[in-house]
Amino acid sequence: MKSNNLYQYLLLLGDHSMILGHRLSELCGHGPSLETDIALTNISLDLFGQVRSYFQYAAKLAGGDATENTIAYLRTERKYLSSTILEQENRDFAHVIVRQFLFDVYHRLLLEELQNSKDDQIAAIATKSLKEVKYHLRFSTSWMNRLGAGTEESNQRMQVALDYLLPMAHELVTASDIETAMKDEEIAPDLNVLAIEYWTQVKAVIQESNLKYPEFKDRVVRGKQGIHSEHMGRLLSEFQYMQRAYPNMQW
Amino acid sequence: MTVKSLEQQFQERIDAGERIEAKDWMPEKYRKTHIRQISQHAHSEIVGMLPEGNWITRAPSLRRKVGLLAKVQDEAGHGLYLYSAAETLGISRDELFDQLHTGKAKYSSIFNYPTLSWADIGAIGWLVDGAAIINQVMLTRTSYGPYARAMVRICKEESFHQRQGYEIMLGLSQGSPEQKEMAQDALNRFWWPSLMMFGPRDEESPNTEQSVKWKIKRKTNDELRQEFVDITVPQAEILGLTIPDPDLKWNEERGHYDFGEIDWDEFWQVVKGNGPCNKERLGARVKAWDDGAWVREAAIAYSDRRSRSQGDEASRNQDVSAAI
Ligand SMILES: [Fe+2]
Ligand SMILES: [Fe+2]
Repeated sequence: MKSNNLYQYLLLLGDHSMILGHRLSELCGHGPSLETDIALTNISLDLFGQVRSYFQYAAKLAGGDATENTIAYLRTERKYLSSTILEQENRDFAHVIVRQFLFDVYHRLLLEELQNSKDDQIAAIATKSLKEVKYHLRFSTSWMNRLGAGTEESNQRMQVALDYLLPMAHELVTASDIETAMKDEEIAPDLNVLAIEYWTQVKAVIQESNLKYPEFKDRVVRGKQGIHSEHMGRLLSEFQYMQRAYPNMQW
Repeated sequence: MTVKSLEQQFQERIDAGERIEAKDWMPEKYRKTHIRQISQHAHSEIVGMLPEGNWITRAPSLRRKVGLLAKVQDEAGHGLYLYSAAETLGISRDELFDQLHTGKAKYSSIFNYPTLSWADIGAIGWLVDGAAIINQVMLTRTSYGPYARAMVRICKEESFHQRQGYEIMLGLSQGSPEQKEMAQDALNRFWWPSLMMFGPRDEESPNTEQSVKWKIKRKTNDELRQEFVDITVPQAEILGLTIPDPDLKWNEERGHYDFGEIDWDEFWQVVKGNGPCNKERLGARVKAWDDGAWVREAAIAYSDRRSRSQGDEASRNQDVSAAI
């Protein structure tokens, strides 16, 4: 049982990085400037590096024929445990930045705690990833500032993105059963505690970026239970295409 | 000193193998030719991100996804170095983008072909980056310093791309029958367009003579094309794939492979904008640029305001270049 919870927790951690990394990878070659294109691809590459660490570890726990790829590609939609906000589409650059920022604040706080996880491998992955994620947060925060306070148009676009995405962010810092079980085993942190710092930091950046904190902020979202938005099915059908069309092959 | 003697001196420097630097005197035609060639090269890197980008979201494994993302990102970096090299000749990146978006500037025609299967990603790395290397190795010794130095950096990465592409093809050709078929089909579709990458035949290439004199080019289109064929045919043999050219055979006397005639009608069609994907490639670049306009405006407005409040021009410049 212990290892099943740990296995599920590794999926949850990996899925968060993977689904966001995939969305960012859609932008490669289409960014608003060469420099931002390169920066977003860098973040995507970092996230996929983390995915591989988590899923290689998960494959070892699962044993048998499991590999990082069977875990990444060959689950049905209901078995992916990423928060709903991450699968949201790249509607415009404002949505890309707000989604990134709301995740990065959580991600950094989480990894800081996971460095002290009782599970040595998770702690090692967290320590390595934290360096990357600190940079991601610097990038997304600076763009929150720049676009929030840039022009009237950029401010409006950011507000639209914030109003749409922030009501899904609470899921990141609300514990699922798996996360609660992991907290009890001192493998994962207490998300109730983390949530306080999360909202403090998020609010501060929203304010310094001349944006308004949305009034409505509690949309019903259940991605961590595998109940996703309609975007997820299309994302996965593209992501899984080769593994589904050509099963059991080496690439 | 007369202009004529400046030109003579300039040619003497080139003949002596000296590098020309941005601040040096140069004939106007040399400057213009370089702007045209370097920017065409830069545009090719950027447009070249699109056909491969088409498979990033469908890469078949995590390792391949990371490899392809990193490769396409490298191409963006090549675009950056090359736009910077072009800027040393007194033209801005915005002007260069404008030339691309209005169709005034060209880019390599190979990127106007569609990528239809995962094997195309292997074929592009192997053949297209392979062909690019042959051209670019020559350009590391070109007379214009900033261009030559950009090429040295770029060549290292291109040969990594070529190996990565070849390795994808090797895996496929040793894989299942479907995979092997996929690899052969990709070779069939990309072989001839790859040969076209070296441009028209020498007798139809008006720029070659002047370019050789200025050491912009040190070899002709046909020489480079032959070099590519000679290198690539044995690689295809190792893969166990068939090059789609019935006239291809080793010529003992010449010490080179003979090969069939390129379909020059198709070549000119694609150059003129009527290739399979010209509209889509240019359309995607224009869309990215237009969609990003508000982002770039906001970044400039933000740093302008900050520098006004700080009264510090240096911080503005720093901020804009960090942002955009
Ligand atoms: Fe390149
Ligand atoms: Fe390349």
